[in-house]
Amino acid sequence: MIADFGLVTLLLAFMFSVYATFASLYGGWKDRPAWVESARNATLLVFPLLSGSVMIIVYSLYKMDFSLAYIADVSSRAMSPFLRVTALWGGQQGSVLFWSWIMAGFVALVLVRKWEGDRELMPYVIMVSMLTTAFFVGVVVFITNPFVRLWHYPGAAELTTALFQPAGAMPYTPDDGQGLNPLLRHFGMIGHPPTTYIGFTGFVIPYAFAMAALITGRSRGDEWMRTTRRWTLVAWIFLTVGLILGGRWAYDVLGWGGFWGWDPVENAMFMPWLTGTAFLHSVMMTEKRGMLKKWNMVLIILTYSLTIFGTFITRTGVISSVHAFAKSALGPAFFVFIGLTFLGSLSLLFSRWGTLKSEHQLQNFISREAAFVLQNMLFLAITFAVFWGTVFPLISELVTGTKITVGQPYFIKVTGPLFFVLVLLMGVAPLFAWRKQAARNLGRAILYPFIGSLAIAAGWGYLHRMHPASIPGLWLVSFVILAILTEYWKGVQARSSSRGENPFISLVKLFSRNQRRYGGYIIHLGVVMIALGIIGDGFFKQETQGTLAVGESLSIGDYSFRFEGLRGYPGSDGRDVVEAQLKLFKGNRFIRDLRPRRDFFIVQEQPVTVPGVYSTSGEDVYTLLLGWEGGSQDAATFRIYINPLINWVWAGGVALILGTLVAAWPAKKERQEVTYVLRPDVLRGVLAQPETGN
Amino acid sequence: MRPEISRAVSFIHIFLVTITALSLAFSLVTTQTGLAQSDTPRRPSADEVNAIAKKLYCPVCPNTPLDVCETKACEDWRAQIRDQLAAGWSEEQILNYFVEQYGERVLAEPMRSGFTSFVWILPLIGVVLGLVIVYQVLKGWQGKRDLEAVQIPVEDQIPAETLARIEKELREID
Repeated sequence: MIADFGLVTLLLAFMFSVYATFASLYGGWKDRPAWVESARNATLLVFPLLSGSVMIIVYSLYKMDFSLAYIADVSSRAMSPFLRVTALWGGQQGSVLFWSWIMAGFVALVLVRKWEGDRELMPYVIMVSMLTTAFFVGVVVFITNPFVRLWHYPGAAELTTALFQPAGAMPYTPDDGQGLNPLLRHFGMIGHPPTTYIGFTGFVIPYAFAMAALITGRSRGDEWMRTTRRWTLVAWIFLTVGLILGGRWAYDVLGWGGFWGWDPVENAMFMPWLTGTAFLHSVMMTEKRGMLKKWNMVLIILTYSLTIFGTFITRTGVISSVHAFAKSALGPAFFVFIGLTFLGSLSLLFSRWGTLKSEHQLQNFISREAAFVLQNMLFLAITFAVFWGTVFPLISELVTGTKITVGQPYFIKVTGPLFFVLVLLMGVAPLFAWRKQAARNLGRAILYPFIGSLAIAAGWGYLHRMHPASIPGLWLVSFVILAILTEYWKGVQARSSSRGENPFISLVKLFSRNQRRYGGYIIHLGVVMIALGIIGDGFFKQETQGTLAVGESLSIGDYSFRFEGLRGYPGSDGRDVVEAQLKLFKGNRFIRDLRPRRDFFIVQEQPVTVPGVYSTSGEDVYTLLLGWEGGSQDAATFRIYINPLINWVWAGGVALILGTLVAAWPAKKERQEVTYVLRPDVLRGVLAQPETGN
Repeated sequence: MRPEISRAVSFIHIFLVTITALSLAFSLVTTQTGLAQSDTPRRPSADEVNAIAKKLYCPVCPNTPLDVCETKACEDWRAQIRDQLAAGWSEEQILNYFVEQYGERVLAEPMRSGFTSFVWILPLIGVVLGLVIVYQVLKGWQGKRDLEAVQIPVEDQIPAETLARIEKELREID
């Protein structure tokens, strides 16, 4: 019964979001403030209305109202209340509703915070963001509705789903639900969808401002970028955390010893991250130098389209099979929406092309401007390679009828060299000056990091001479780390020598004086840490597999494992567990017991492999129980991975969050260091002012 | 005994001895290899099987490398690889066999021939094109230097004390 209220609030939210889209467009176009205010009020209502729908789904999950098809699909009595509540985003209907809800929340927040400041842009900000919201809420209402109920025709073998009672059908409430896909019952998968959706929807805000700037013709100024800078950073960090949580989930749950498989769903999320990261950088170019204005527009349009495209791929499964496209109206709806918004934004951009001229000029190819442009090109090239590899199976099937796979080796081979150059640029570019960089000064700046990194790479390379291919990667990582640390050291030294501060205080003040710059460097360090983890994974990973009888051992690298036996017991959340006991030795020294398991989820009839992991800062020893022989259970098959440096990936993720916090933390007082150089155009403006005589 | 006969006898003798020795040696060699075969039948290790399975994708499940795929079908395919290795097939032969049986989609790394080669070519073209565009853009920006040359003298005409005052006032505004 209460679920009907959820449906009502959902329908109201849809109507209000459609109304807000058109009212704001009309109000902005005809310059009728009353209409715009009305649109704003409608927008502010959408969020509480959707909150109502979300709450009711959450409540139904908690109360296990299995008369709703969605609840019966993703929850079950065996699941804990916490897990049941997280099932809100465990299936398609709930996910899309959740997506719309976060989107509406962001838009409401923008209206509350920015209404006074950006009156001129607001009508179109509302229009663009509410158009997106209306599309998603519309998808929830018409295509993938979580309030659909189960019905049963007397004598029919299968159940029917419909919102309202079909003639002749009886309401049907199963005793128990199917329960959440066992693979999703992990903290990574509980945290991954919300963070990802916040990231995805967060990018809609800068996009909406950008479009508003284009529509109003105020795109020449950079206000839209300044207004949305922090939003963009927040969206970016959530998307980043979403990616890392997804990787962590894959590592812990999927049981193949890795964290990134270049799966279409992963790529779908990675692409907006790539263009979003490029956007974050190109915006700096515009703020500091008034350049790349058109390019920012291109990037934010791409990022927006790719976030929708990502949701499309994830939700329709179109890449694994063309046939998934036509299975429901979801595929065509997304396809049309992406096509229309993408083409619409691009034509808008071209109509304003002439107004987006660069204000400054370049003096030298060796300059920070050039580095920024090259970096943006690399991000886009990687995005293209990933996009192309992701959609190519589809194209191949459509063009030649042959199904093909574009697997990990393709992505590693194509994007690897591009990432190498990109990371190198990340180390060098901050050393470049704007306008032009004297080659000699640059040489001096990178001399010590370069020598130091050569020494480290030589020593490291000697220790790992059996993997010569890893040496360039190790050199790169050490060079970039040293280059960044040198930047900090220079900053601290300059402060402490000129002000006589102690170096620690200098370091703290360095952060507070230029949050973006030094926070940015922390982010760069985080990226290098992740790169280190990827090098470990790519070059030093070892694996072996063997079947052991009780008491037998298997060895890999310096480690050996003794199989002590299997043990079966009923676990929580409706599963049967079979756990292996392994004793891990390094050389002859006993380290610890490892217990890789296989959990068999009874209702879903699905096994989940839970690794037994011994984790150190240097490497993970990752053991999987693959199976056992017959009923006697005295022999079992194991696969064992040594994953060196993998923990740097997670540590790097923490560094990214930390760096973003430093960069985006609201400063107490907006006090900037005076770093400007008088420019003729500024001077002329000042001189033209009459003397005020103070 | 006539010398010819004795020579013929000794020749036959030598011939026989040689034949015997050769056949003995031959049989010895063959039995030895036969022994070697029955002693240690070449049973490929799971690691050898996985090394090849890694280069293949499960032909039925979406986007799962064969070495980590857990379905029964994949288990059978891995067993097939093991048998093929045991029969002395090379890696290439095994990969070709799977492509013939299940189509191109089993290869983790797309082929570099036919229509599939576009998957490799286009990103390369993209990068080259990107570099050209970057060069053009930077060149274009450099071309604007003339504008600056006109503007610089404006700065020079301002007396030093005025500049200092403006600097000071700008700082106060901040």
